Amino acid sequence: METTDIGLWGVPLAMLGGAIRVSTPFIFVSLGEAITERSGRINLGLEGTLVFGAMSAYAVAVMTGSPWLGLLAAALAGLCFGLFHGWICKFPKVNDIAIGIALMLFGTGLAFFFGKPFIQPSAPDLPAIPFGNWSDIPQVQAALNVNVLFLIGAALAVFLWWAFRNTRVGLIVRVVGDSADAARAMGLNPNTVRLLATGVGGALAGIGGAYLSLYYPGSWTERISSGQGLMAVALVIFARWNPLGCFAAALLFGGAGALGPALQSVGVTQGYYLFYAAPYILTLIIMIATSSPSRTLAGAPGELSITK
Amino acid sequence: MSGTHTKAIGVETIGMTMRFGAFTALDDVSIKVPAGSFHALLGENGAGKSTLVKCMMGFYHPTSGDMLVDGRQVAIASPRDASALGLGMVYQHFTLVPSLTGAENLVISREKVPGVIDWRKERAALAQFMERMPFKLPLDVKVAELAAGEKQKLEIIKQLYLGRNFLVLDEPTSVLTPGEAQEVLGLVRGMTKAGDLTVLMISHKFHEVTAFADDITVLRKGRLTGTGKVSDLSHREMAAMMIGDQPIAALDSRAAPKPDAEIVLKVKALKAPDRTGLKSIDIADLGVRSGEIVGIAGISGNGQKEFLEVLAGQRARDQGEVMVRGSAYAATRAEARALNVRLIPEEPLKNACAPKMTVAENIAFRTFDVDGNGKPVSWISAGAIKAFSARLVEQFKVKTASLSSPIASLSGGNVQRAVLARELTGEVDLLIVSNPCFGLDFSAVAEIRARIMKARNAGAAVLLMSEDLDELLELSDRILVMSEGALVYETPIAQASVQTIGEHMAGHH
Repeated sequence: METTDIGLWGVPLAMLGGAIRVSTPFIFVSLGEAITERSGRINLGLEGTLVFGAMSAYAVAVMTGSPWLGLLAAALAGLCFGLFHGWICKFPKVNDIAIGIALMLFGTGLAFFFGKPFIQPSAPDLPAIPFGNWSDIPQVQAALNVNVLFLIGAALAVFLWWAFRNTRVGLIVRVVGDSADAARAMGLNPNTVRLLATGVGGALAGIGGAYLSLYYPGSWTERISSGQGLMAVALVIFARWNPLGCFAAALLFGGAGALGPALQSVGVTQGYYLFYAAPYILTLIIMIATSSPSRTLAGAPGELSITK
Repeated sequence: MSGTHTKAIGVETIGMTMRFGAFTALDDVSIKVPAGSFHALLGENGAGKSTLVKCMMGFYHPTSGDMLVDGRQVAIASPRDASALGLGMVYQHFTLVPSLTGAENLVISREKVPGVIDWRKERAALAQFMERMPFKLPLDVKVAELAAGEKQKLEIIKQLYLGRNFLVLDEPTSVLTPGEAQEVLGLVRGMTKAGDLTVLMISHKFHEVTAFADDITVLRKGRLTGTGKVSDLSHREMAAMMIGDQPIAALDSRAAPKPDAEIVLKVKALKAPDRTGLKSIDIADLGVRSGEIVGIAGISGNGQKEFLEVLAGQRARDQGEVMVRGSAYAATRAEARALNVRLIPEEPLKNACAPKMTVAENIAFRTFDVDGNGKPVSWISAGAIKAFSARLVEQFKVKTASLSSPIASLSGGNVQRAVLARELTGEVDLLIVSNPCFGLDFSAVAEIRARIMKARNAGAAVLLMSEDLDELLELSDRILVMSEGALVYETPIAQASVQTIGEHMAGHH
């Protein structure tokens, strides 16, 4: 692609493009975690689910030649991980956070084991929609080349936000997450609801992983995830368990993550590594700024093991 | 759904018996609650009241015994069966989901909820339903933001919305102010009189029973010990049925207060953020003299809890001073020890105990690290802790399986007795107490109040915060009312009127 020099305008433009590109896995993982946490459980294993999803998506796409089948495989694998977590956690005296950490390492390890043969071959990518064709500037075109999953993620965030208020399933998940006693009094089984919510959360995390291996960066390596699965859990808290907030937080996080590469692309050669840390610093700053020593977190589901 | 049953139903149990292994929790209990009546079920903690209603509601399967609904024998195998017959229960603790609005709570608790909820239609239906109800409530507010009285009304409304016309109310007023309790029970009473509702109420409070119920049934140790019309029974007779011939601790007679006694606790211009962080509490001036009980009344959530937390050192203050016997007090362990400040917070298991540590360890919290002369020790003696605690357990009649049981395994009354034992032993100059009798049974309440009075007569300055106005009227020398974070009214006990205090509590002045 031929480059036109657009000077410093390249930075915000690259950040926009980067935000869209980098945020997609965060969107899926955080939406999945939002569903799980709204049901009253924390699944820290999503990092492992993400990596395993990335591997299985890539493997299936290589073998079948279809990225969509790969995506489906990742979702199924994620579902299995989620259900496994949910199933273990239904036993008394099992701590969801400890199980999550175990599953995170298990998922990553299993992905490396099965993924060895797929490091070399290349798989077909997921499609993107070029929204930037109206412009002649290649940077604009590159930034507005929006992948399908981002759009699905955005739609999903709006849908979940609506569904938590307006559907039976949404209300049931909130009831279970806020008061298991009330749920039981209604004849609901909190364990079943949480099992399913963790399963769905896992499936979404798997899709987030598929995005990593099938779109950006677009190949399977053992270093494919840089902690997106874990950061997404923090994003959910930061977004106060609100799906629209998750979407916004993921975009903000993605944009901050694109700062480093964007500065590099306009020729900043000194210290840009520092900007790679921008998303983490940003998260820390926001967390500190919005925290309060005398107030509990607003909007936290009452049944979460960290807020109980 | 609403409207399927519109008339009250009568319920009867015949020879209800429930055994858990060798233990008989309920022994051949027959009660009869005719349609449209308001029936009170009395008994001490552990008398079998909840076992009986749990059998009736299908939570337990009775070992033997039958249920009749409207004269027909029915089999109730699960709570679902009970609700299909129109039987509902309002629990002592709230079962509403705090982060959902009232409307969401009502709709989601229905048997059949459509996959996608059409809120326009539901709201219209709810508005129509609410028109027929004597209760007025905002349904679009999150339940967490409702006052306790409103939550209790919503619990009752929920049962009616679900078409249940026989309601078991489990101590429905334990979390309400006197005004709220009167209102809620009055409205419920109205509905039973109109023949729309039958009520079985579990209660400890005789004045409520006398004011609202038609009949009573009394249980003791799983057996039916009395039944009859409320109009034929005195409080003394009811108490005798409840506790048998067991003695009740009598309140010490009140030693005359000395108006020139030393001011032990002095609070000046105290400001602290409240729970939400949005408002603050503001205590302009408060003094408590040696040998008097100063009661603080108020509807819960008006800053009493925060005030207590500041005094207890659980909450930081923004400004102002707290002085105990003339020296600044910041609630450190050393200060509390030097100035003989003792604290009995509400929910003692949560605020005054380490639940998983043993009874002995909990009782020794104030003394375990000092020797007989008050000097710090470097080696802690388990034997001394045991001996000390054994003496106190004996003296305060704490019922525990052993000194090494975790304190969380004790009943509420015995946890409170253990805390009292710890706090009232030794010299007490200032005693800060909050809702000491919340959720405790008759004899425990009498005993705990007697202990507080005894401490007062021995010269302690007592600051008593309570949501139970009867308790304040019984114990206090002066009553102050706290509303919206400030002390708004003060009256000596001789001139105290429930009416005026209630108005100040509600903020009508």
